[in-house]
Amino acid sequence: MTDLLALDIGWGTTLGIKTLVVLGLVPMGALILGYTFLLKMMSHMQSRLGPMDPGGFHGWYQLVGDGIKFLQKEDIMPERADRRVFALAPAIVVLSTFLVFVVIPAGPRIKVADLDVGVFYALAVSSLSVIGVLMAGWASANKYALLGGLRAAAQLIAYELPLVLAVVGVVVQAGTMNLNEIVVFQRDAEIFGWGGIGFPLILTQFIGFALFMVATQAELTQPPFDMPVAESELVAGYMVEYTGFRFLFFFIGEFGTAFAFSGLAATLFLGGWAVPGVEGTAADVLGPIVLFAKVMFVAFLMFWARFTYPRLREDQLQALAWKWLIPIALVNILATGVLKVAF
Amino acid sequence: MADAPTTEADGPTAPALDERAQQVLARLEAELGDALVEHGSALGDLVVRVRPDAWRRAAEACRQALDCDFLSFVSGIDWMPTPVVEEDAGGDTSSPVQPREMTFGVAGSAGRLQVFAHVESTYAPHWAVTLKTDVDEAAPRLESWVPVYAGADWHERETWEMYGVVFDGHPSLRHLYLPAEFEGHPLRKDFPLLARDVKPWPGLVDVEPMPGESEAGETAGEGEDAS
Amino acid sequence: MTTTPPRDIPEFDVDPTLYRHLADTQMNVELDTGDMILNIGPQHPATHGTLRLVVRLDGERVVAADPIIGYMHRGYEKLVEFRTYPQITTLINRIDWLSSFANEVPFIAAAERLMEIEAPPRAQWIRTTLTELSRIATFLLFLGEMGLQVGAITPAFYGFRDREYVLNLIEAVTGGRFHPNFNRIGGIKEDLPWGWIADCKQAMAKVLESCDTFEDLVVGNPIFEQRTRSIGIIPASVGASYGVSGSNLRASGVDWDLRRDGKPYLPYHELDWKVWTHPDGDSFARYWVRLQETRESARMVLQLVDGLPSGPIMAKVPRIIKVPAGEAWINTENPLGEMGYYVVSKGATGPFRVKIRSASFSNVSILPWVLRGVFVPDVITILASLYFILGDIDR
Repeated sequence: MTDLLALDIGWGTTLGIKTLVVLGLVPMGALILGYTFLLKMMSHMQSRLGPMDPGGFHGWYQLVGDGIKFLQKEDIMPERADRRVFALAPAIVVLSTFLVFVVIPAGPRIKVADLDVGVFYALAVSSLSVIGVLMAGWASANKYALLGGLRAAAQLIAYELPLVLAVVGVVVQAGTMNLNEIVVFQRDAEIFGWGGIGFPLILTQFIGFALFMVATQAELTQPPFDMPVAESELVAGYMVEYTGFRFLFFFIGEFGTAFAFSGLAATLFLGGWAVPGVEGTAADVLGPIVLFAKVMFVAFLMFWARFTYPRLREDQLQALAWKWLIPIALVNILATGVLKVAF
Repeated sequence: MADAPTTEADGPTAPALDERAQQVLARLEAELGDALVEHGSALGDLVVRVRPDAWRRAAEACRQALDCDFLSFVSGIDWMPTPVVEEDAGGDTSSPVQPREMTFGVAGSAGRLQVFAHVESTYAPHWAVTLKTDVDEAAPRLESWVPVYAGADWHERETWEMYGVVFDGHPSLRHLYLPAEFEGHPLRKDFPLLARDVKPWPGLVDVEPMPGESEAGETAGEGEDAS
Repeated sequence: MTTTPPRDIPEFDVDPTLYRHLADTQMNVELDTGDMILNIGPQHPATHGTLRLVVRLDGERVVAADPIIGYMHRGYEKLVEFRTYPQITTLINRIDWLSSFANEVPFIAAAERLMEIEAPPRAQWIRTTLTELSRIATFLLFLGEMGLQVGAITPAFYGFRDREYVLNLIEAVTGGRFHPNFNRIGGIKEDLPWGWIADCKQAMAKVLESCDTFEDLVVGNPIFEQRTRSIGIIPASVGASYGVSGSNLRASGVDWDLRRDGKPYLPYHELDWKVWTHPDGDSFARYWVRLQETRESARMVLQLVDGLPSGPIMAKVPRIIKVPAGEAWINTENPLGEMGYYVVSKGATGPFRVKIRSASFSNVSILPWVLRGVFVPDVITILASLYFILGDIDR
């Protein structure tokens, strides 16, 4: 059977296909995550059912219907809002989500871009959303939004550091920043001579994984780190003045980024698309499914924490980041470096 | 019931003071002397009437000497009778009659307006007293309790708002419930219950016609309600 | 626990004209780093109704706070001057609408005492049962929703779910989940339905289970502790001088419960129960005390339904109720705190003046004092822990 991925269809068409795939994947990912975890898992954990009617089977159509509803709403902009900045903010947040998806591989040859500095690129580009949040908070001409934006600025920047430092251990151990090669490393390496499950880096980088999950929770402004969007205080914080499709962008941005970060965590720590022993075309077919399963697992952990914990106050949040997470991350890097050289 | 300045129970069937209430009375009399004009019993609880110029002194006596640390409330009473609807009005409540002869309650009263307060002690059960004082109807002023009981702040604002009693020494006497532009003092008896003026009770209701019915078929509503 | 006194901060310059040009949602966004005035409410998820809290902020710290109430003022004290006693019972249900049965009790007790009528023992025991059930219903809502205010979404659902058991019980007896209007002068309206006692015992078992869940999920949560310990400390003397009552005062260490220490109005002395206090006086203490009181109330209900005396449920009362002249003050331990009615009667079918002393009014009056120097998120925590109902504040 012809090898689909080896067909020569010209770079223009390839680029077009890749763009469409990413553009489609982000909302799809947001939808799947939102439905499974936000609507269904949360409901069952709270001893209720969640949406059951839309679409017939356990309300699977709910979010699609919500999306369409948002699209047809009136576009209200506050009178004293800065029009251009107000309109641009959600676009920047969503843009950073799309850009992160570009670099996550789903199979040995299923990748949109194969960057040698993949890790660096992913982390750098994910910080772009901070600018979008600040823009939203400022341009809304609303004191609640401003408070939310200020909190977000401090929080998101503070938690960038643990996020990056947690990943450094992985890079040190794998020896490369290329995401695909990190996955291959995890598939092919052996634990004390046994190659049964490969060598998912979570086994040695468990501290890094924990830090990464905590920092991701904070980057996504999810409880326990949702001070910027504290629902009972700021009523959606920096997003409070957004309606209609602009709010939809924020929503897609939030859940799409959750999907993207789960994808990053799965790739860096759990082995990504790799199943040890499976190579070649089989890996291309199995890869996306395996990756999806791992992403869902990581997202499950993330959303589970979201529904269980109350939110930390701003100063407690900052104390956690600066006094605990960063020193632990630095110690982790030190230990990784030492052990890497020793073994 | 006319208010004879009695030292015992008020009226033929009202109970006398409880034992604890008598102890409270004895302590208060020792503290206030002749500022305590009269006392009475409300179901066995102590009610005392003090002179208006001794209002804050009474509070201090309660707080310090009597260990009454808990402020329950401060409010007012307007002894003018409630407006009544005449028997032959035929259900029309829009012009009530205001009787004028006043009768007073426990511990009596010197005039129409009184301010009363209740304080309790959280240290000992049944150790409480209701204090009343008369307020001049033409120029209602009293000393504020805020330096003694911090919580009197809101209660005095409400009393001013509802009865018009000005409290000297209150940090900021302004409206509590009502909008800033409200005129009048609603709990006074001569302040009309507006809804009944404009819309007689139980009130004729504007009825919207059912779909299909003509406009002429609806009952005669009385315009907008005064909300 | 360290008690940090509020910072020495200049008071809010209270100029009434200041409020006239403050819109409710949008305000000028000033760039200077001076103080910012923020309006919390009247439409806000944290204010439990239409309470408006104008705070002056320095960054995220509150410099001064001023609650503005009255959005739900219905003029109860004026309304009752034009109604008869049975009509008033319907009205006062709606003061504290979450535990509405408990609102009727002091008023009915005052009227009965003035008429020198005593409700028969069975009626009194059923009244006590329903009062304690209202207390459980209110507190379950509190236990859930305080978690919500602090950021945990899940306890709120558990609170509502478990409350349904209690509301079903109340509905089975009185016909109304929220506004039972069940008390009559001289007794209660109807007797308990068949099988209610068995249902009640089952429901109480579920309530006790649910309290254990809350203890694990909320009280045991380290983040919840971080958010509530040492937040909003109310010293006992300050609380008492403001009239703060109920669980709020007991959480400051004051051993004061009107069910035990006040004038006996219901047969609490025949039950075996204890009063819970906590020495800290912070928001955590207030949550903890209410949790224990919920358990205690469930145990009391089990005792009550076991010891229910038989007999009539209504004393002999004249058809037209005229309460003899006199004055009566009855205050009771309602779920929100101390609620009292000072009834002035002149022998007519309706009272002459009723002063309604509602607990939340005094509980909220302490906000300007307690909110000085706290962070904005702590404002929400403190509001949630004081647990007021707007109808109770505004009457």
